[in-house]
Amino acid sequence: METQKDRQKEAATIGVSSVARPGAVPLSTKMKVKGLKAGFGKSLVLKGVDLDVPDKAVTAVMGPSGCGKTTFIRCLNRIHELTPGAKVEGEVMLDGENIYSPRVDPVAIRRRIGMVFQKPNPFPTMTIYDNVAAGLKLNGVKDRKLLDGVVEKSLKMAFLWEEVKNDLNKSGAALSGGQQQRLCIARAIAVEPEVLLMDEPASALDPTATAKIEEAMVELKKQYTIVIVTHNMQQAARVADFTAFFYLGELVEFGETAQLFENPSKELTERYITGKFG
Amino acid sequence: MMEETPLPANYRRRQLVNKAMTVLIYAAVVIAIAPLLFILAEVAYRGAPVLNIAFFTHLPTPVGVPGGGIAPAIVGSFIMVALASAIAIPIGIGAGIYFSEWPEARLSTVSSFTNDVLAEFPSIVVGIFVYVVVVLATGTFSALAGGIALAIIMIPIVARTTEESLKLVPKSLREASMALGVSRWKTIIRIVITTGRAGLFTGILLSIARAAGETAPLLFTALGNTYYSKGLLQPMAALPLLIYQYGVSPFADWQAKAWGAALLLVLTMLALNLAVKLTVGRRFSHIRPEN
Repeated sequence: METQKDRQKEAATIGVSSVARPGAVPLSTKMKVKGLKAGFGKSLVLKGVDLDVPDKAVTAVMGPSGCGKTTFIRCLNRIHELTPGAKVEGEVMLDGENIYSPRVDPVAIRRRIGMVFQKPNPFPTMTIYDNVAAGLKLNGVKDRKLLDGVVEKSLKMAFLWEEVKNDLNKSGAALSGGQQQRLCIARAIAVEPEVLLMDEPASALDPTATAKIEEAMVELKKQYTIVIVTHNMQQAARVADFTAFFYLGELVEFGETAQLFENPSKELTERYITGKFG
Repeated sequence: MMEETPLPANYRRRQLVNKAMTVLIYAAVVIAIAPLLFILAEVAYRGAPVLNIAFFTHLPTPVGVPGGGIAPAIVGSFIMVALASAIAIPIGIGAGIYFSEWPEARLSTVSSFTNDVLAEFPSIVVGIFVYVVVVLATGTFSALAGGIALAIIMIPIVARTTEESLKLVPKSLREASMALGVSRWKTIIRIVITTGRAGLFTGILLSIARAAGETAPLLFTALGNTYYSKGLLQPMAALPLLIYQYGVSPFADWQAKAWGAALLLVLTMLALNLAVKLTVGRRFSHIRPEN
């Protein structure tokens, strides 16, 4: 059992702002999580997590079921608190501003931090076009030219444009599961968030569809800071620059993906990676 | 060739029981729908002969004078149901949204329960209540009182169906919208209600059908009227009231007209229910179940 002090020391030693990837410039921190505790009613799911999310990179959050990784990511855009009985404590800084400060409007925060969910959830009453434009339209944007441009750009970034460009007025629900999920990615990036949270975005998809999502992520991280929850270690190894390993509501280890997989500093991480549990 | 498996000892008995049960179930179905068919046949047989253009457009004639129609009752029913809808639909939908979207609120639990009680209330009691509160207060039987009484019948139906159909909208759609930085009320109006709109529509139609056929709440409120009313603060005729008044009268001509009015009312019910069936058919096609 490590103490708060140990964890802080550890965070300092692997502090991402000082980590330089080979051949890359040092990354700055986009989001800084401090002492994050969260849960439902009396049960605590996250037991105090500190983590720095680096800017314009993919950070993977992995761990066995029930380790709190989904709750963690849902705290990053204040979606967690929408569930009745949800509790949050601690700080989440976005560019140095605590998003849990009482002076912050959660609706405005969610504009800046987008989310893609585990199961594809396009709006069933809307066309493909309207799904992508939804975030802007619901916030009052009416300029058709602007919307047209955003829809095309977003669908291209989500690698879906070629497949749907002639069917923009068809229902989003008529697409395949993998296409629906890319539609949801397009919908999320259409409002141009700074951070994109992805909660196991490929867990309901087949390998081909998964590959397309991962391909899109590699493109997206050029513009966005991405945090992806996954229970799939191969996926973390493929797409993530940094990986955090959660276990029983605590952050066990966080570092560069290659380092974490090849040379984990914690025995628990090593046992998980080698498939001894989880 | 494989050897045939010997039949279990009780196989023949099971076959017989199966047949007997099938016959019983078919019999139950026939008995269940027979009353509806008999009523439809009887009402059509007795009501159809009096239906003609005058029946729909003319004022009632005095007893003994042939001809005439029930126009004031048709117009009265229409006005009072419209008035009741104007009151009940916004209130019912508002309450339904509250029950569905704020289920954890104390007030929501309590009012949801009272809504259930109200839905089961004997409609004659609603009529007496409105008599005391509106008729005695205004000093006159009136269309307004009738509309209010019908609204009280409609509100719980609209509220309950609104709640049920909004609850069917997956939570993930609300989250998807909120995650785009859309406020809660816009999420409810533009995503939740839009997705569940067929259910809302169904509830509205069902409540209108119910209100159009109610007699008891109108007895002490709208009272009935032989002529067109000159305003909402006058007694007003309505189809169910007319059926009641003409049906219990000793005059053959009035009784025949009561059958005609009954046929008209039954056809209206059928049309509304058919409309509901047609919407319900498409109701869930666009909502994937959340598992």
